[in-house]
Amino acid sequence: MSPILEITNLFKSYGSTEILKDINVSIEPGDFLVLVGPSGCGKSTLLNCIAGLEPITGGSIRIGGKDMTEVSPKDRDIAMVFQSYALYPTMTVAKNITFGMKVRGVDQATQARKLAQVAAQLQIEPLLNRRPGQLSGGQRQRVAMGRALVRDPKLFLFDEPLSNLDAKLRVEMRTEIKALHHKLGASMVYVTHDQIEAMTLATKIVVMKGGVIQQIGSPSEIYNRPANLFVADFMGSPAMNLIPAKAHRAADGTRIEIARKSGDPIVLTDTNNRDLPEDVILGVRPEDIADPDLRGSEDTQAAECLIDIVEPAGADTFAVMQLGGKHVTARLHSETTARPGEQKRLSFDLGKVSYFAPETGLRLN
Amino acid sequence: MTDLSMSRPQGQSRTGKIILRWVLYLALGLFALFYLMPLFVMITTSLKSLEEIRTGDLIALPREVTFDAWRTAWSGACTGVQCEGVRPYFWNSVLIAIPGVAISTLLGAMNGYVVAQWQFRGANVIFSLMLFGCFIPFQVVLLPMARMLGIMGIAGTIPGLIFVHVIYGIGFTTLFFRNYYVSIPSELTKAAKVDGAGFFRIFWSIFLPLSLPIIVVTVIWQFTQIWNDFLFGVSFSQAGTQPVTVALNNIVNSTTGVKEYNVDMAAAIIAALPTLFVYVVAGKYFIRGLTAGSVKG
Amino acid sequence: MTKWLEENTPKLVLAPSFIAVLIFVYGFIAWTAWVSLTRSRLLPRYDIEGFIQYERLFASPRWDTALNNLFIFGILFIVIAMVLGLVLAILLDQNIRTEGAIRTIYLYPMALSMIVTGTAWKWILNPGLGVEAMVRGWGFESFTFDWLVNPEMAIYTIVLAAIWQSSGFVMALFLAGLRSVDGEIIKAAQVDGIPTWRIYTAIIIPSMAPIFLSAFIVLSHLAIKSFDLVIALTGGGPGYATDLPATYMYAMAFSRGDIGQAASSAMIMMMVVFAIVVPYLYSELRSKDD
Repeated sequence: MSPILEITNLFKSYGSTEILKDINVSIEPGDFLVLVGPSGCGKSTLLNCIAGLEPITGGSIRIGGKDMTEVSPKDRDIAMVFQSYALYPTMTVAKNITFGMKVRGVDQATQARKLAQVAAQLQIEPLLNRRPGQLSGGQRQRVAMGRALVRDPKLFLFDEPLSNLDAKLRVEMRTEIKALHHKLGASMVYVTHDQIEAMTLATKIVVMKGGVIQQIGSPSEIYNRPANLFVADFMGSPAMNLIPAKAHRAADGTRIEIARKSGDPIVLTDTNNRDLPEDVILGVRPEDIADPDLRGSEDTQAAECLIDIVEPAGADTFAVMQLGGKHVTARLHSETTARPGEQKRLSFDLGKVSYFAPETGLRLN
Repeated sequence: MTDLSMSRPQGQSRTGKIILRWVLYLALGLFALFYLMPLFVMITTSLKSLEEIRTGDLIALPREVTFDAWRTAWSGACTGVQCEGVRPYFWNSVLIAIPGVAISTLLGAMNGYVVAQWQFRGANVIFSLMLFGCFIPFQVVLLPMARMLGIMGIAGTIPGLIFVHVIYGIGFTTLFFRNYYVSIPSELTKAAKVDGAGFFRIFWSIFLPLSLPIIVVTVIWQFTQIWNDFLFGVSFSQAGTQPVTVALNNIVNSTTGVKEYNVDMAAAIIAALPTLFVYVVAGKYFIRGLTAGSVKG
Repeated sequence: MTKWLEENTPKLVLAPSFIAVLIFVYGFIAWTAWVSLTRSRLLPRYDIEGFIQYERLFASPRWDTALNNLFIFGILFIVIAMVLGLVLAILLDQNIRTEGAIRTIYLYPMALSMIVTGTAWKWILNPGLGVEAMVRGWGFESFTFDWLVNPEMAIYTIVLAAIWQSSGFVMALFLAGLRSVDGEIIKAAQVDGIPTWRIYTAIIIPSMAPIFLSAFIVLSHLAIKSFDLVIALTGGGPGYATDLPATYMYAMAFSRGDIGQAASSAMIMMMVVFAIVVPYLYSELRSKDD
């Protein structure tokens, strides 16, 4: 199968400022690609470039096997859902959905048939004669989706479509978009700054920062094997603990020493990684620091830790402590015995840790 | 909105409050009299006979209402050698104002749409240059414009005056539309582009239907400007093509014959009626235009 | 070709207006500037002779009067219109039940042509039958109010009429400004027990600085361009006692046939306007670009 979207060596600059640097991404039909990163990382600009709404400075964009670099948006066989929904304020919902077909000269009967089909699919039939101003945020969101669906394009583009909704509705719509993707089997590119949205929706994630791709991979690759400190810190909530540590080679593996405010350092032995430099940054997800009796694999090692703060959060309880000069969060069972100011024995899952070089921030293992 | 009247200090007595209130209304009333007085004097004078004007009081109501002065002002007063009243000049003003307003508004809408939604390199510089053009004292262009109109063969004609008003009006009309369109999210234009609509289609189907309020503001502003213009009118017209402001000035300052103050006043009211009418009917939009024209933003 | 057209439509749409502005504003300013440096009289000449027209201009007593008048008129007009506008705005801001009607009355002169305003005040102020005659008719036989025909005082009639015409507009600007002050700040001050007049002087008025600036710009612009009002009210007279630069320029251009003087006086006017407006517009445009 040829890729549905293929971006090669894309550069984009405004005057002398480079917004996007050497972007290379491709996705297969049916993929759900999420572009994620903090604001200003260039993800929306990249989406606009894919749509043809922004000219690019170098490189090429192919959609459905055809070179679309110089093609105007209307001929790229795409549909787009915008952050503000961008519904035409003076047109009814029905007119909003059919406007594109009308412009392209699709006959009335087809327009009506497709409109009915999409309206049924999104359950917006009762809204068809209203104007956008009379709709709630969630309804507008559906209409915007309808406008995209009715095109039946090769590629759907979403520009932070859920960021204007309240928290509860956002979760609902997220599930709906995911269901829609399953049902249609369509190819989608989705921009968000919300890493949870990225994890739940994507089949493939691109993490961006400063106009440069940091890592491309499946959600589990991105989560479990972040390519650098930025990705490690950005993806996951609470964020991955990044603890400065010393590594020493030993007969049965590598000894990892983590300094503590008082008392001896914690020493853990990693049997999987042998070729580490002396100074490393140890990345441990909060859920990989746990109550010893609850989680445990053969790579689990326990150590006594002084708990500073305990934050119950319903399903889990977070315990915060000081290790290697950093606040370190552990995700514990909600009925944990951890108390602030007391020592608690916690187990570290060394089968899942990441190591990064302090100077370059790159992954070592 | 702030409600300062709720904040009277506790210590103040109730009667004190009431007295203060009366003083306030009295002051507002006196100012209202100041603003209304000239209009009142104009109207009453225009309804008096010359005899009564000479013997009577400036602010007295007419003893005997007569519309003779209005008739003379409309169709008999002398603007110099001709004595046809302001009627032909009133229609000149109409003939200048309607196309002038229509063309400059249309151009302003298109220009504003480009500057706000179709930014290209240099668009802001062009907009700034056009904006600065609004603020020049027109004296600085009078001489070359007089020659240019001659070269174009429209000196002293109504099309010539329309041309001048359009040229020096587009700065403001562009500003009005630009400021209005800039508040419309650019995503709307993007969505329409993805839908396959082009430049004119997007303007026609999406922006124009949204524009009624700003069209009203612009039309009122331009109409008031063009109707009330005197400088261009007196500089670039000739005997048959003068606008009503020029004719009014000629009637008032004509030195031949008896000074007919009642006719002067009637002519002044006639010249003022269209803009006063617009002000009374659409005052809200009139004020919006005034403030938009002065507070850039 | 269609691709090119598609990409360049916005530029093509803006082009005619831009070219027109380039020629009819900037080109014409350049022409006037050029001619102001020549010996042009009845017909323009194009050999540059230096600043001879400006020397003639500043040697002319009539121009001297015009500049003086602009100074007197400008300062009085701007200061009084601003103070009056602010007072009216504050008075109207006190929950007046008939605010809409009163505002309409204060602002209607702005809809009138300056020629109409001039005509009305010319009639009211004329000594023979106007206010002077009226007050004398009431029994004050020695009352005189002859500003309109008194060369010393005539300029003040123009100030009066201009204020009548424009102060309502200043009021509208200030009223909008008063209403745009953050209500929470005022509530906080009220909770602190600060008296109303102190809230105005210490909080509201200082926060309206940009509106003062706008009003100042608009009024000074009006003052420098004032032409119609003088023509209708005094015709520049008695003699040339009420000449302003605008009327001087017009007289030179169209009745005295002295194009050189007309051009140089127009250039001076433009410089005065630009000295006031350019810094303002520049800062406005800059702050908007951020």
